[in-house]
Amino acid sequence: MAFESGDKAKAYWSENVRLMLILLSVWFVVSFGCGILFVDELNSIRMGGFKLGFWFAQQGSIYVFVCLIFIYVWLMNKLDAKYGVREE
Amino acid sequence: MDVQTLTIIMVGASFALYIAIAIWARAGSTKEFYVAGGGVHPVANGMATAADWMSAASFISMAGIISFIGYDGSVYLMGWTGGYVLLALCLAPYLRKFGKFTVPDFIGDRYYSQVARRVAVLCAIFVSFTYIAGQMRGVGVVFSRFLEVEVATGVILGGIVVFFYAVLGGMKGITYTQVAQYCVLIFAYTVPAIFISMLMTGNPIPQLGFGDKEAGTEVFILDKLDGLSRELGFTEYTSGNKSTIDVFFITAALMVGTAGLPHVIVRFFTVPKVRDARKSAGWALLFIAFLYTTAPAVATFARVNMVNTINGPEAHGTEYAKAPSWIKNWEKTGLISWEDKNGDGKMFYSGDERNEMKVDRDIIVLANPEIADLPAWVIALVAAGGIAAALSTSAGLLLVISTSISHDLLKRDLAPDISDKKELMFARIAAATAIVFSGLLGIYPPGFVAQVVAFAFGLAAASFFPAIILGIFTKSMNKEGAIAGMVTGVLFTTAYIVYFKFVDPSANNAEHWWFGVSPEGIGTLGMMLNFVVSIVVSRMTPSTPIEVQELVESIRFPKGSGAAHDH
Repeated sequence: MAFESGDKAKAYWSENVRLMLILLSVWFVVSFGCGILFVDELNSIRMGGFKLGFWFAQQGSIYVFVCLIFIYVWLMNKLDAKYGVREE
Repeated sequence: MDVQTLTIIMVGASFALYIAIAIWARAGSTKEFYVAGGGVHPVANGMATAADWMSAASFISMAGIISFIGYDGSVYLMGWTGGYVLLALCLAPYLRKFGKFTVPDFIGDRYYSQVARRVAVLCAIFVSFTYIAGQMRGVGVVFSRFLEVEVATGVILGGIVVFFYAVLGGMKGITYTQVAQYCVLIFAYTVPAIFISMLMTGNPIPQLGFGDKEAGTEVFILDKLDGLSRELGFTEYTSGNKSTIDVFFITAALMVGTAGLPHVIVRFFTVPKVRDARKSAGWALLFIAFLYTTAPAVATFARVNMVNTINGPEAHGTEYAKAPSWIKNWEKTGLISWEDKNGDGKMFYSGDERNEMKVDRDIIVLANPEIADLPAWVIALVAAGGIAAALSTSAGLLLVISTSISHDLLKRDLAPDISDKKELMFARIAAATAIVFSGLLGIYPPGFVAQVVAFAFGLAAASFFPAIILGIFTKSMNKEGAIAGMVTGVLFTTAYIVYFKFVDPSANNAEHWWFGVSPEGIGTLGMMLNFVVSIVVSRMTPSTPIEVQELVESIRFPKGSGAAHDH
C-alpha cells in the first residue's frame, strides 16, 4: 500500500475526482456552452473582427483546452506530493 | 527550378530522413516494438502523438471542409481537440499506471474475460482499418498531383517507406519518425498560412489575421465573407446550417471517439511515468493546436481568395481563357471543373442556379499556395507535409493492428506459450500483411471509405470509452455489464449508420433522424446507451472479484508505475 492509511487513499481519490470534475465543467462551458448552445447570444458581442461565439467555436475553446491540461498536470503533481504517492 | 523537381527533392529528402531514423531505432524486443521500451520523453511523445493524430484528413481535408461550411466546421475543431482533455484527465494516467501494452489488454484484464478481450480486439482492428484506407489514399492523391505519377505508384512508394520503419522499428521506429514528421507537417502547414495572412491582412499571425481588416480597406475579412456568402446564395459563413442538437452530438461523438481511439491511447503507454503521461497529453494538444487554430484562418482566407479569383473583383465572373494557371492545373485531377451554363465564356461560382463551378474541398489546402501565388518551394513543401501527415498516421494504425494480432490475440489468448522472439516475429508479419492489405484498399478504394469515417469515431465512442471509464472510476462494474454495454453500443451505432448510409440513403435527413441527430453524431447516443446498459446489467449480476477491485485501487495513484510496467 502506497498510502499511510485507507482514509488517506480515499481522500486522495476524492480530491482527484473533484479536481477532474471542476476542470471538466470548464471544458464543457467553453466548448458546448460558448461554442454551441449559446453561440447565437455570444455572436452579438464582437471582439475586433470576430463574433465572440464564432471565435470560441473556432479558436477560444482550443486555447482553453490546452491550458486545462497543463493546469491539471500542475495541480495533480502537487496532490501526489501531498499524499506521498509521487513516483521516484 | 520548377515545382515538380523541387517536390521530388523535398519528398525524397524527407523519405531518406524517415528511413535513416528507422535503421537507427530498430526494435530488439516486443516491449520496444509495442511501446518503444516505455522510455520516450514526454515532449517527444507529445510530438509523436500529434503526428499520429493529425492524418491526411486533418492536413488535406479539414481546412477545406471548414472553408465550405463555415461555422458548422467547428465540430471538427472542437471535437478533435477537446477529446485530449478527456484523455488527459480521465484515461491516460490510469492506463499508464495499469502498464500493459494495449487497450484490449486493459479491457481483458479489468473485466477478467477473454470474451471482452476479443470484442475489444475486433473493435480495434475494425476502427484501424477504416482509418488507414483513407490515409493510403491520401498518399496516392498527393503523389499523383504533385509528382504526376499514377495513384497506385504513389501508394506503393508510401507503403515501402512505412514498411521500412514500422516493420523494422515497431513503436520505437514509429515514435522517432513521427517526431520528424510532425516537424515537416507543421512547417508545411504554417508557412503558407503566414504568407497568405500577410498578403491579405498584413498580419503575420494567421490566428489573429482572420479577425483583421482586409489589407488596404476598412472591412473585416469575416464580415466581407459573410457579405459575399449572402450575395452568392450560400449560408452566412459565421453562422451554420446544422441544428444545434446535431452540432452538439457530432462534437461530443468526435471528442469521446478521440479519447477512445486505440492508436491514440497506446501512445501514452510509451512514457516512463504516470506524470509523464499527463504532461505528454498536454504537449500533444499544444502541438495539435498549432495546426488546428491555423486551419480556420486558412479556411477563411482561401474562401475569400477563391471566390475573388473565380468571380473577379466586380463579381461578374472571370473569362475562362484568362483563368489563372492553378485552375487548369487542378482541372487535370478532376478536383475542379467548369461548365459554361449561360454561354458567356466566363466562370462564375455561387450557391444558387448561377453556379458554373464544381470545386472539391480537398483543393483548399493543396492548391492554396498556387491560388495565393506563393513561390514554388512552398508548393513542394505542402506536398511533403501532406505525405508526412498520411504516413505518420498510417504507421500508428498499422502498429495497433499488428499488436492486436500478435499480442492480444496470440500471446494473451490463443497461444500464451510463444517466446518473446516468436511474438516479435508474428508482430512483424502482421504489420507487413496489414501494409499490403491497406495498400490495396488505397489503390482500389471501396466506395464507402469516406462514408465510414464517422463510423470509426462513433464506434470508438460507443465501445471503448464507457468500458474504460467505468473500469477506472467504478470498482463494481463487472464483465457482464461491460460486455453487454459494449455490444449494445456497437450494435446500435452500427445499425443506425448502416441504415442511413447504405440501406436507405434517401432518408438520410433531419426529418427521419432520431431527435435530429445525424449518423455522424449518433456515437454519442450509442455511448449513453452503453453506459446505461452496463450499469443496469452490472447491478443484476455477480460482483467483481476481489483481485480486480485491488487492480482498480492500484491504478488510481501514480506510485509504483515502473514495477507494473515490467509485469
